[in-house]
Amino acid sequence: MASLSADPKLRSTVLADGLRLAGEFTVWTLGQLPPEARTARLLDLSELTRLDTAAAWYLVGRQAEGVRLDGLDQSRARLLETVRRALPRPDAETAGPAGWRLMLEQTGRRMAAALVFLREIAEYLGRFLAALARAIRHPGDFRLTSLVWHIQETGLRAVPIVALMSFLIGVVLAFQGAAQLRQFGAEVFVIDLIAISVLRELGILLTAIIVAGRTASALTASIGSMKMNEEIDAMRTLGLDPDMVLILPRVLALVITLPILGLIANLAGLAGGALMSWIELGISPSMFRYRLLADTSVDHVIVGLSKAPVFALIIGIIGCHAGMKVGKDAESLGAETSRAVVNAIFAVIVADALFSIFFAEVGL
Amino acid sequence: MSDAIIEVRGLRTQFGRHVVHDGLDLDLRRGEILGVVGGSGTGKSVLLRTIVGLNRPTAGTVRVLGQDVGALAGPAREAMERRWGVMFQGGALFSSLTVRENVEVPLRAVPGLSPQTRRGLAELKVSMAGLPWSANDKYPSDLSGGMRKRAGLARALALDPEILFLDEPTAGLDPIGADAFDRLIVELRDALDLSVFLVTHDLDTLHACCDRIAVLAENKVLVSGTMAQMLRVDHPWVHEYFHGPRARAAMATGRAKE
Repeated sequence: MASLSADPKLRSTVLADGLRLAGEFTVWTLGQLPPEARTARLLDLSELTRLDTAAAWYLVGRQAEGVRLDGLDQSRARLLETVRRALPRPDAETAGPAGWRLMLEQTGRRMAAALVFLREIAEYLGRFLAALARAIRHPGDFRLTSLVWHIQETGLRAVPIVALMSFLIGVVLAFQGAAQLRQFGAEVFVIDLIAISVLRELGILLTAIIVAGRTASALTASIGSMKMNEEIDAMRTLGLDPDMVLILPRVLALVITLPILGLIANLAGLAGGALMSWIELGISPSMFRYRLLADTSVDHVIVGLSKAPVFALIIGIIGCHAGMKVGKDAESLGAETSRAVVNAIFAVIVADALFSIFFAEVGL
Repeated sequence: MSDAIIEVRGLRTQFGRHVVHDGLDLDLRRGEILGVVGGSGTGKSVLLRTIVGLNRPTAGTVRVLGQDVGALAGPAREAMERRWGVMFQGGALFSSLTVRENVEVPLRAVPGLSPQTRRGLAELKVSMAGLPWSANDKYPSDLSGGMRKRAGLARALALDPEILFLDEPTAGLDPIGADAFDRLIVELRDALDLSVFLVTHDLDTLHACCDRIAVLAENKVLVSGTMAQMLRVDHPWVHEYFHGPRARAAMATGRAKE
C-alpha cells in the first residue's frame, strides 16, 4: 500500500468512451473528480495507486447506475464488494403530518407535556407530605443529621448573599424614592416606601429568587447525579425510601430556612434604606425607627413572611422533581438543572402574583 | 520503511512519582491485530493515549508510520491524525450530535466534499460498523453501550485510517455482542487493510481476533508473541492469565469454533 501523500492528487484522462483515473482516489480527492465523470459510461481504474471506502462507495453507486468499471484488481474488487454489502438500506419512511397539522400536533404535545409536568409536581408535593406525615408518626425514620446539614447548606450559607442583596435593594429604593418624593417635598414618606416595598414584596421575593437559583440547581444536581449513578435504585433495593431520605430533609430544610432568610432580608433592606435616607435626606436612624414603628403596620411583615413557606415548597419540589427526572447521561443533568432553576423562579413569581391578588381581596 | 508501523522505544511514562512505563518497547506490524493485555493499572490505556499523543512521555520515542509523534506539530500532526482512528472505551461520542453527525465530524475536515456525499459516507460507515439504519438519527443517549461502541468505531473509521486504536472494545458487552464485535474487527481489518492496536481484558477477543499479544507487566512489555507462544511463557502472572479457568474456557470455545 502506497502511503498517503501530503497533498493527494487525482488525475484523469478522457478516453473515447469514458474516463481513466490515476493517482489516489480517496475521500480527500473525491471532490477533484472532473465534471466528465458524471456522464462517463466507463471508468478505467487500472492506474490508481490508492482506493479507499469513500471512493469505493462512489464507484459502487456509479456501478448501480450501469457504469462499467475497468481495471479493478482482486483486492479492490473485494473492497467494492465489502462496501456494496455494507450499503445502508434506508427504512421505509413513515409519513408524518406536515404543515399546519405538524404545528398543531407539536402544540398539543407541548400542552400535554405541561399538564404532565403539573401532575408530577403535584405528585411530588404529595410524596413530600406523605413523607412528612410518616416522619411525624415514626420520628425514628427521620434523618435529623441530613436535615441539619441541608439547613446549613441552603440557609446559613445563603445568608451573606441574601443580606447583601437586600441591603443594596434598600439603598436603591431610598435613593430613587428620595429623588422622586423630593419634588413634592414629601421626602419623609420614603420611609413608608421602603418599609412597605421591602417588607411586603421585595425582601421575600428576591430572597426566594436567589434561593431558587442557588438551591433548586443544587438539589437537581445532587439528586440527579445520584440518579445517574443508580444510587436511588440502590436505595430502593436496600429498603430505603428516597422520599424519606432525599426529598423530605431537603424540602423541609428549605421550608424552615426560607422564612428566616426572608426575615434577614427584611432587616438588611431596612438597614440599607435607613443608611441611604440618612446620607441622602438627613433622616436620622432614630427618626427612621420612629416613623417606621408609627406608620407601618406589622401586617406587611406577616403578609411578606407568610409567603415564604409556600415559595420554599415550590422551589424544593421543583428542584427534587427535576433531579429525579435526570436520565443516564450527563447532558440531561445539565438540561434538567437549568430547567429547574427557570421553572422555580417562574413559579415563585407566579405564586407571588397570586398572593398579591389574594391579599388584595382579603383586604390585608 | 520497516515492517513495523508503530515503533515504541524506551518509553517512560510517569505521573508525579508514579511510574507507569519504564523502558517499554513495542511494535505494531502492518496488517496485524495486536492485543495489549495486562492487569488493571498496568497502563494499557495510558500506552494507547501516549501513542496517539494525548500523553507526553517522560522519555523514549514513539514512531508511527516512520514519524516521531512527539515531534509532530501543526499540519504534520493533523495529517498524522487522519491516518489513525481511535475508538475510546465508552465510544466518546459527542452527546449533542446524532450518530450520523458524529461520524460526519471528521469528514468535515475534507475539502470539497458535498453535504450529500458526507451524509452518504457517514451512513456507509455507520452501516459498516454494524448499526441499523435507524441508528443514524439517534442521539448517543438513546443507544445501548454496545451500539455506542459501534458508533465510536464508525467515527474512528470515517477517514479510512491505516491504524485503528481500540480501547477495550468488548468491555461491558454481552457475549453475543462481544463475539459480533470481534468478528467485525477482523472483517474490517481484512477489508480495509487496517493495522489494529487493541487494548483488552477479554480473553475471548484475544483468541478470536488477535494475531499477536503483548503483555504489559512490571512497567514494560513483558512478552509479546502469538497465543501459542504466550501459553509457553512461564512468568507467574502470564501463566496465571493464560491458564486460569477463564482462559481455558475461552480456549475451548475458540477451538470449538474452529
